Amino acid sequence: MSLHRLTIHELREMLDGRQVSAVELTRDVLQRIEKVEDRVKAYITLDPEGALKRAEAADTELKMGTGGSLCGIPLSIKDVLCTDGMRTTCGSRILENFVPPYDATSIVKLKEAGAVLLGKVSMDEFAMGSTSENCAFGPPRNPWGTEYICGGSSGGSAASVAADECIASLGTDTGGSIRQPASHCGVVGLKPTYGRVSRYGLVAFASSLDQVGPLTKDVTDCALMMNAISGHDAKDSTSVAQKVPDYHKALTEGLQGMKVGIPREYFIKGLDPEVETAVRQGIKSLSEAGAEIVEVSLPHTDYCVAVYYIVAPAEASSNLARYDGIRYGLRDKSSDSLLDIYKNSRSSGFGDEVKRRIIIGTYALSSGYYDAYYKKASQVRTLITEDFKKVFAACDVLASPVTPTTAWKLAEKIDDPLSVYLSDILTISANLAGIPGISVPCGFSGAGLPIGLQIQASHFQEETLLRAAYNLEQRLNISHLRPENL
Amino acid sequence: MKITPQEISHVAELARLHMSQEEVEAMALQLDDILTYVAKLNELDTEAVTPTTHAISITNAFREDDMKPSLPREKALVNGPKQNGEAFVVPRVI
Repeated sequence: MSLHRLTIHELREMLDGRQVSAVELTRDVLQRIEKVEDRVKAYITLDPEGALKRAEAADTELKMGTGGSLCGIPLSIKDVLCTDGMRTTCGSRILENFVPPYDATSIVKLKEAGAVLLGKVSMDEFAMGSTSENCAFGPPRNPWGTEYICGGSSGGSAASVAADECIASLGTDTGGSIRQPASHCGVVGLKPTYGRVSRYGLVAFASSLDQVGPLTKDVTDCALMMNAISGHDAKDSTSVAQKVPDYHKALTEGLQGMKVGIPREYFIKGLDPEVETAVRQGIKSLSEAGAEIVEVSLPHTDYCVAVYYIVAPAEASSNLARYDGIRYGLRDKSSDSLLDIYKNSRSSGFGDEVKRRIIIGTYALSSGYYDAYYKKASQVRTLITEDFKKVFAACDVLASPVTPTTAWKLAEKIDDPLSVYLSDILTISANLAGIPGISVPCGFSGAGLPIGLQIQASHFQEETLLRAAYNLEQRLNISHLRPENL
Repeated sequence: MKITPQEISHVAELARLHMSQEEVEAMALQLDDILTYVAKLNELDTEAVTPTTHAISITNAFREDDMKPSLPREKALVNGPKQNGEAFVVPRVI
């Protein structure tokens, strides 16, 4: 049997029942990586020795019966989360040799639960992008067709899960960066409510939008990962002190009495007919599972990309000021004045997309333009949030596509940043409003590329959202499918 | 809206980035595209709308001003491109 193909909950039983050891499982996943990685290119840093050591420790705990909820489960981690002693590059030359002296809180929690960290996976540089092509170390490929993008920015996370190069992964989502690659790679990806998961040790891109979340093989695993990583953290003053429910428990109830809103503005011009058909089929399944379907309106949806491409670069330009060649990261050795160190280190360390966003953000925040851009965008952000408030008074969750199209070919849109920005139109609003959203596989295109269905809910309503996602998954019964040609 | 290469050079200076003339000109065109698109926000009257700076309404998160464990100095310095065991070293500025 191929252990690497299994889910956390399947492996949990096998590990607890001593049918398989954590070392055997980790070896199996490492062999899988060896077999497919030259085609998928999901990993930036792989740590087989460290993983096997942790697997041995997990086996000891399993023998004593003291193992946590993820004891012995091999995971990949997006290379934007700090891992103590393990290189964390953010997909950037400027952090190529950065080895954090501490763990992000979400990593501490995974380790406490007994997880085995395999290594760090690929991403767009500083999480800026929707294709993972902005990675300084080369782009990961879509396991369903290696000439296609795997989405981004958590592309390596989604690709490594879809290719069975890990059992599950941790990613981050600032404008769709978990949900969009999950959709393109046919896996489950959840962006939790802003404040649900600590951002401490997550290298900041846009601090008011960033959130850590899981990418998994099914909804049950997603709930199990959420149980492990959620909760308040004194080290992140924006994390919220709200009780963490048992997300796993919430799954199995039916959908009787649940109202599912279909936002009319999410079925836009430019929506690929194959995507629309698959998503409509998914909505029908939710209805068959007992949910009531109602049409709703989010009238400011069309403005979300414009708001995002002011707010996110503005925050990024300020967050990325820290890369100055002084305390960590690349320092240009030829410079002998402080100003030259700053300029030369930043100019040679950052890639084009990062520079572009720093320029947009600096421009939008510069003297004379602040009111016209940043303030205006923040006001429209309020209108977008109010849209959701109104809609969630009338329904429990929203169902829609995740992205307007399936994955496109590598390099196809590399010279057209605006068209790539516009492809984020269905995921960005959730970040602006701080609400949770999930992508669940709901079908395939004629070319065999996965299609995801997005479910969004109100703040801290992850239980309701996961229950809807679980019911959908049970009805469609496609989450277990894997690319067979890889 | 027309962004000039001069404006890009000024903003690049503020952001502490070097850009070649070629990069500046390409960036001027791209930024112009993006800002033209962003101008659609002006279709909305937001005169009376409070700006959102934070998606979740939480107030300041205060804590007691107590000593807590933190990174030891040698660990905090370990990634410094140039350091002397006590501090990060930079070129003379005065």
